[in-house]
Amino acid sequence: MAINWFKYSAPTTFYGLAGKLIPWLAVSAVILFSIGLYIGFYVAPVDAQQGEFYRIIFIHVPASILSMFLYLVLAGYAALGLIFKTRLSAMMASAIAPTGALFAFISLWTGALWGKPMWGAWWMWDARLTSELILLFLYLGFIALHASIDDPRRADRAAALLAIVGSVNVPIIYFSVKWWNTLHQGSTIKFTGTSMHVAMQQAMFTMLAACWLYAAAVVLTRVRSIILERERNTAWVAELPEVKQ
Amino acid sequence: MKPRQKRFAFIAVGVAGVSLAVGLVLYSLRGNVNLYFTPTQVFNNEVPQGRSFRIGGLVEEGSIKRDKDGLTTNFVITDTHKKIPVTYKGILPDLFKEGKGVVAQGKVEADGVMHAEEVLAKHDENYMPPEAADALKKADAANAASNAAASAPVAK
Repeated sequence: MAINWFKYSAPTTFYGLAGKLIPWLAVSAVILFSIGLYIGFYVAPVDAQQGEFYRIIFIHVPASILSMFLYLVLAGYAALGLIFKTRLSAMMASAIAPTGALFAFISLWTGALWGKPMWGAWWMWDARLTSELILLFLYLGFIALHASIDDPRRADRAAALLAIVGSVNVPIIYFSVKWWNTLHQGSTIKFTGTSMHVAMQQAMFTMLAACWLYAAAVVLTRVRSIILERERNTAWVAELPEVKQ
Repeated sequence: MKPRQKRFAFIAVGVAGVSLAVGLVLYSLRGNVNLYFTPTQVFNNEVPQGRSFRIGGLVEEGSIKRDKDGLTTNFVITDTHKKIPVTYKGILPDLFKEGKGVVAQGKVEADGVMHAEEVLAKHDENYMPPEAADALKKADAANAASNAAASAPVAK
């Protein structure tokens, strides 16, 4: 079966596709969150060093991974929008930014809550923490820059440039614990394997999948609103059953 | 080149340029980006003189000694090559233990001891239940014992 992917790069068709996907993504996210939290709280054993405190990892690590992953997706869409001048790409970039910022904030917040009892400090200006803070500011900067320019097409271009330049920060976050000495420990999930007990891994990867599904559902919901807003003067929007009534 | 390819080339060159610039800046500032100095760097005089800085390493086994006032702790930070004695008055984090990671901030006084204002614990990236940790410890001990037995000169 050949699928014409370019068909879905048009807001007209993507609007309908996103509407069909959202309920499935949302329901799967709720199910996986329940499973992940159950494994995390009841099945996964206590940690030899950190006791019960380590359990915050089940939200901290998925949030951190998604904050970086979503930024790369955002920058990718921004680049596509600049190169191909497709309307939908820029809308997707704008739709991802608030969710990415939320995950970056959760990552920093849960990190602080974890750092105080374990390290003895809420915050430390080490390379990992600082670069993640810069990531949050890049998201906020993207949103602010886009909002400050009235013409949406010009706003898209300016914000896209910021997003693409900022993508340099993502590898810095990931490798910061390798390149410099930091208070933050090294990566638990490496390309070569994971230094974690099996039940803990299951909880973390289930939570990662749940966060990903949540992000997809929320971003698609948001992009539908953006499509409606930007295409409000077109004939196809006027024809939509939810608009007509 | 089509305009589309031109725009792609522009973005690719731009990202490469920015990466190079950021990379060079971070490389030249690496001394400031690193959070702490190792005891070896302290011995090589690579640390700022006369002001507060951080030392990171492991708390040496058997080095923790508490003063009678119940608040002052003396211990030794090691990177397995060099050692720096540290004295600290205050409450230590729960994870502060012998053989575990630590980052201390303070001044090294004329007596060669770091008088720390802040001591933080640095834990590793391995997560396992206590039973598994015990098993690993026992296996390590058994390995060490068999190595010692193998390398010991045979009597008689």
